[in-house]
Amino acid sequence: MTSVLYDAPGPRAKRRNIVYTALFLALLALGIWWAIRVMADKGQLEWSLWKPFTEAEAWTTYLLPGLANTLKAAALAMVIALPLGALFGIARLSDHRWVRVPASIIVEFFRAIPVLLLMLFANEFYSRSTNISSDLRPLYAVVTGLVLYNASVLAEVVRAGILSLPKGQSEAAKAIGLRKGQTMTSVLLPQSVTAMLPALVSQLVVIVKDTALGGAVLAFAELLNARGTLAAYYANVIPSFIVVAVIFIVLNLILTTFASWLEGRLRRGKRSTGAVLAAPGGAEEPVAEPGLGKTDDGRGA
Amino acid sequence: MFDFLEGYDLLGAFWVTVKLTIFSAIGSLVLGTVLAAMRVSPVPLMRTFGMVYVNVVRNIPLTVIIVFSSLGLADVFGMTLGAADDFEVKYFRLAVFGLAAYTAAFVCEAVRSGINTVPVGQAEAARAIGLSFTQVLSHVVLPQAFRSVVGPLTNVLIALTKNTTVAAAIGVAEAALVMKEMIENEAQLVLISAIFAFGFVVLTLPTGLILGWVGKRVAVKR
Repeated sequence: MTSVLYDAPGPRAKRRNIVYTALFLALLALGIWWAIRVMADKGQLEWSLWKPFTEAEAWTTYLLPGLANTLKAAALAMVIALPLGALFGIARLSDHRWVRVPASIIVEFFRAIPVLLLMLFANEFYSRSTNISSDLRPLYAVVTGLVLYNASVLAEVVRAGILSLPKGQSEAAKAIGLRKGQTMTSVLLPQSVTAMLPALVSQLVVIVKDTALGGAVLAFAELLNARGTLAAYYANVIPSFIVVAVIFIVLNLILTTFASWLEGRLRRGKRSTGAVLAAPGGAEEPVAEPGLGKTDDGRGA
Repeated sequence: MFDFLEGYDLLGAFWVTVKLTIFSAIGSLVLGTVLAAMRVSPVPLMRTFGMVYVNVVRNIPLTVIIVFSSLGLADVFGMTLGAADDFEVKYFRLAVFGLAAYTAAFVCEAVRSGINTVPVGQAEAARAIGLSFTQVLSHVVLPQAFRSVVGPLTNVLIALTKNTTVAAAIGVAEAALVMKEMIENEAQLVLISAIFAFGFVVLTLPTGLILGWVGKRVAVKR
């Protein structure tokens, strides 16, 4: 691979790179050796701590129900946030001031506030003003927090998606006599959806990760919370964290891989206009700036 | 109307939030830049390491990382970060550690996208006058890259500000934890929430505006 920053290596550079590789490898090996030593010292490598994960019980009693709750909350949040986000995204593009301005204020407000505050508020609100049973309340609170935050992020994605379409699209729609609503629903939205899909799938990663907040703060029985009960039973703090982290990584890697596969497909596909929105960082929060567009976020390379 | 505020250190809570943000921002900026340099370096092993770090850390929930710093690093491994008996300081530092490790992955990606905006000719010219990889990176490419990624880095910083609330999960007395206490003990649910929401708007809005303006000013016009 040649790069902007260095030439294809000649004999001397090759030798130098081998030296650097060896040094870095030594450093890495030292680090790993140290980590293993510390774990062994603290007795974290004993088979009895890891054995539960080879048996069905740990999975069926703790991890799988936790994972199921994580997925349930994430799926619910996505399904509710998506139409809501689309609605607000379109509302922000409205010609009418009285629609555009309130929608913008709501979207900007909920984007500026940490998800955790929204979840805390929802939890307390449900416990005071509704009679949702206390078993279900954490799920409701988590989903509410996720929906409020992610709907406003998705609203921005939708808005950027629609704005990324060439102007000719709506002009052509106008020319054949479509009304504004018709232009939106039958010309602009269907096309922008293809541009937005990768960003939407990536937003799922953010939602999956944020469910863990509910587990830590609201006692919602998702994966991280299930890890706590599991570790209390088997007394295996470190192994349980490693297993849970691996589950999250695999789950999210599947989603990101799917998103970048989709992105590649859409870029090549003739159906789209060629405009594909960059996924919003795949982050807890760094949100795609509309119009910032195609920064290479490393997934394609 | 506001009497219930007495007995709670509201400004103190937000000050902890600000401190968490600043320390983790500095930590993640340093670590993220090093990772970005690794990801574009000529040594394949370093590139792989950078790539693995970013993809692993980015896909673990921040909450898991922070809770792990407290239950795993501190309780099991006895990592105290130089604050063995002061619990408040210890958990604060663990939170900064977790936040910086997590945010570094996003800083790395932002900086790397900035490196991609520097025209190939610049690096070629720098190499032509005999600069080494490290010199090309530190004298020519990174200064320009940073100027073009002020915008994305601002987004990362704002996200970090909001992410500091996750420290509530390990009992750091920042805004979210104090809000949790307040809404559980006081009757004024909506008012209290509004105050904290307003606090975060006050923290993030100027950051966005000021750095947005800075970003426009320093960006290299091409």
